[in-house]
Amino acid sequence: MIQADLNVILPEILLSLYAMFALLGGVYGGKDRLSVPLIFATAGVFVILAFIVSGSSNGTQTAFGGMFINDGFARFSKVLILVSAAVVLIISPDYLRSRKLLHFEYPILIALSVVGMMMMVSSGDLMSLYMGLELQSLCLYVVASMRRDSLKSTEAGLKYFVLGALASGLLLYGASLCYGYAGTTSFEGIIAAAGDDHADVGLLIGLVMILSGLAFKVSAVPFHMWTPDVYEGAPTPVTAFFATAPKVAAMALFARVMHDAFGGIVGDWQQVVALISVLSMYLGAIAAIGQSNIKRLMAYSSIAHMGYALMGLASGTAYGVEAMLTYMTIYVTMNIGTFAFILMMERDGQPVTDIASLSMLSRAAPGKALAMLVLLFSLAGVPPSLGFFAKWGVWNAALDAGLIWLVVASAVASGIGAYYYLRIVYLMYFGQEPQDALDRRRAPILGTVMSVSALVMVVGVVSLFGIEGAAEAAANTLLR
Amino acid sequence: MDTLLLSFVTFAPAVAALILLVVARGEDAAADLVAKRFALAATGFTFLISLFILAQFDPENTGFQMVEEAEWIMGLKYKMGVDGISVLFVMLTTFMMPLVIAASWGVKTRVKEYMIAFLFLETLMLGVFMALDLVLFYLFFEAGLIPMFLIIGIWGGAERIYASFKFFLYTFLGSVLMLVAMVAMFAEAGTTDIPSLMIHQFDFDSFSILGIQIVGGMQTLLFLAFFASFAVKMPMWPVHTWLPDAHVQAPTAGSVVLAAILLKMGGYGFLRFSLPMFPVGSEVMTGFVFWLSAIAIVYTSLVALVQEDMKKLIAYSSVAHMGYVTMGIFAANQQGVDGAIFQMLSHGFISGALFLCVGVVYDRMHTRQIDAYGGLVNNMPAYALIFMLFTMANVGLPGTSGFIGEFLTLVGIFQVNTWVAVVATSGVILSAAYAFWLYRRVMMGDLIKESLRAITDLTRQEKLIFAPLIIMTILLGIYPALVLDMTGPSVQALVENFHAATAEAGLSNKLAASQ
Repeated sequence: MIQADLNVILPEILLSLYAMFALLGGVYGGKDRLSVPLIFATAGVFVILAFIVSGSSNGTQTAFGGMFINDGFARFSKVLILVSAAVVLIISPDYLRSRKLLHFEYPILIALSVVGMMMMVSSGDLMSLYMGLELQSLCLYVVASMRRDSLKSTEAGLKYFVLGALASGLLLYGASLCYGYAGTTSFEGIIAAAGDDHADVGLLIGLVMILSGLAFKVSAVPFHMWTPDVYEGAPTPVTAFFATAPKVAAMALFARVMHDAFGGIVGDWQQVVALISVLSMYLGAIAAIGQSNIKRLMAYSSIAHMGYALMGLASGTAYGVEAMLTYMTIYVTMNIGTFAFILMMERDGQPVTDIASLSMLSRAAPGKALAMLVLLFSLAGVPPSLGFFAKWGVWNAALDAGLIWLVVASAVASGIGAYYYLRIVYLMYFGQEPQDALDRRRAPILGTVMSVSALVMVVGVVSLFGIEGAAEAAANTLLR
Repeated sequence: MDTLLLSFVTFAPAVAALILLVVARGEDAAADLVAKRFALAATGFTFLISLFILAQFDPENTGFQMVEEAEWIMGLKYKMGVDGISVLFVMLTTFMMPLVIAASWGVKTRVKEYMIAFLFLETLMLGVFMALDLVLFYLFFEAGLIPMFLIIGIWGGAERIYASFKFFLYTFLGSVLMLVAMVAMFAEAGTTDIPSLMIHQFDFDSFSILGIQIVGGMQTLLFLAFFASFAVKMPMWPVHTWLPDAHVQAPTAGSVVLAAILLKMGGYGFLRFSLPMFPVGSEVMTGFVFWLSAIAIVYTSLVALVQEDMKKLIAYSSVAHMGYVTMGIFAANQQGVDGAIFQMLSHGFISGALFLCVGVVYDRMHTRQIDAYGGLVNNMPAYALIFMLFTMANVGLPGTSGFIGEFLTLVGIFQVNTWVAVVATSGVILSAAYAFWLYRRVMMGDLIKESLRAITDLTRQEKLIFAPLIIMTILLGIYPALVLDMTGPSVQALVENFHAATAEAGLSNKLAASQ
């Protein structure tokens, strides 16, 4: 019995064991001297685990009495989380070295947070959900404030911690209400107690509280306040990490809770999700216009993107979940490329983040500027880039569910949002002559990651590399 | 026959652009010359290949021809094809592009990128006219904004940043609404295949939203969403204000492409989507479109009269001429639609040539202000002759292609709405006023301005660029059947289907009322 359970969570166990041994190795070994090898080793472990997860048996297995579910949906999300975390790790060392931030704890904390994320997407019970969420969050609080001598980084960590604790509190309170009204914390029990029509008021309040906690994790409006500050304050590789894997995990968890635990009462939460989705799109689109810091801009951009992804979820259908998963995959690919670019922005050896420094980049570094052009148009959702198809998917899903107003509203929001991406294009291609140009340094890994990501945005239009099929299968296992 | 001719023609310029992007190196004059020659060769080659499309095309067949189909991502289809309505726009594009490249010989900054942008733009424009899938159409339609944004922004005039942003955001917001309508059509009809959607009958039962009665129901809403996009692209009054800015700031070649081809996408969209797919919606909104067009013709002609800048004047005259096109299209009879297509093609040649004419003197004097010129005829006789010809054609002098288009659209509209025809006809007089006044101020009189003393006449290369445009303008003016034979049968089918659909709708509405 235990044997079977352990088999199901083998990838998580392996990763935890690796993290422990890496920690021991770091402490007794060379401490920070080991950090670069550890970063690459961790990335390697992630990739291997991604292969194990994707290659493991099909079908749905549960462990520990339904606390842990390993289904197609979980596997899809895990592969996405692992791969994106691996890429983010690979692009980190350059920046960390130049800022003297090469602590060996960094890859280990990332590894532990990934364990938490894997738990989240596999949770089948409010308890395991909370455990996964907290494991993830605690590691993220620490890496956000990794730059201990920087006021902004410390502020980011503290802000993230306090607000995160509040969100966790909300979520726990909601969980306790759900337990009170459903008599169980397992999703199976809750969905049975909630019925097919409308749930009890108590359960509904619990649902809304849980939803608020989750909205905080995906940084959807009105729980987005932490995002710009944390994005700006955290070291850039950490920001890149925040923008990718945790977003996927939180979004997948969102889908998991909404469908596994409250799938019978879609009508009760659909409007709430639709509303936070539309608010996120508009806030993201409008607030980003005035930003001069590219990391803050990306924070608002990610808020807007979460709005679009939530649209898929708001439709409450299998197709909606599929569209959401596809959206997240494309979003993560674009963001990794963009952050690889941001990591390359340096002047006199120091990282810079002001957008104005990109002036006339197309003359200094035409290749880089072209790749960024593709990524920016993709982020804006302008065809023929993949970003457009991501939006096409969620629009279709929302329209299928009859949410016409949401589709129209989001179309207008994407029109407004195009402006701030265009502004960067404008600076790169026909801005003023720069006072002092960015360094022209060689960063083979960053350059490659960025080019591949930009290339995917173009080539993906011809073929999606089987992502659609996988996302469809994953979505169908969630809404069986 | 399953050749890949259409895809080949469409993507040939893009492949050339990629080659240029990857292979070409260097910033010196020699490298620039290579880039120019290569782009000219690529566009010329595309034109020659596109002649095969014309040769294979059978005008009597009113369906889509040379159709290519393949599976694509997200359940969509890659489908290309041409019919009598689109084939000539394809030819217009491939015909104009070599001239545009040749007219850009004087570009000095970032020549390689310039050529790449234009080559990509050609692919995207051709794709718009050939796409037979809604999403594929949108893809090409929207993507064209990117190179144009860069062309205006990088190689434009002093106010280029304002103009490029205005151009992009205006058109993007317009087309995003169209995209929503496309999603709605996909949800309703379950397909994005254009030929199937043309047969599909969209719901036209009236309903009310927030107390407002929507006559024509869903069809009217879909029509309005598409209208938002095409009216901006066209551009129709009152959403035309991006055009003068974009035209004035764009480099000469950019203005030519904008006037000759990009503006035609709006009219093409009306013919491909609005009339066949939403006949009832179109019928409901016809009066609205007529009056917008009539206002456009009169108002923008008046505005053109007072312009100080030559390019701006021609830009406003373009808006006025596009007014005839929308009027002709929504007259929905053989003459009107034939005339609209004819007018679009002829306007492509004429306005393209006029912008080239402005480019000629701009290259020499670096100003477009009308009062900086005067008496050019003394030093530039050949230029004066060519400018005269295209001014006449722009006014609609019989014997030039401009006449046929204006005349046919006016005949078409006269049968449907006499008052609009009367108002629109006054535009013919106004266009003569602003065009001839421009000509008088720039060309006639004595050459008294000191700065103009040294101005030289057209070079041989410039004459060569104008030659094909002159030939086409006169040829179509005296033998319009060249175009009308190609478009006629397809237009006839379009018009018949439209009337059948609206008649049926009228019948069923009456039945509903009687029950």
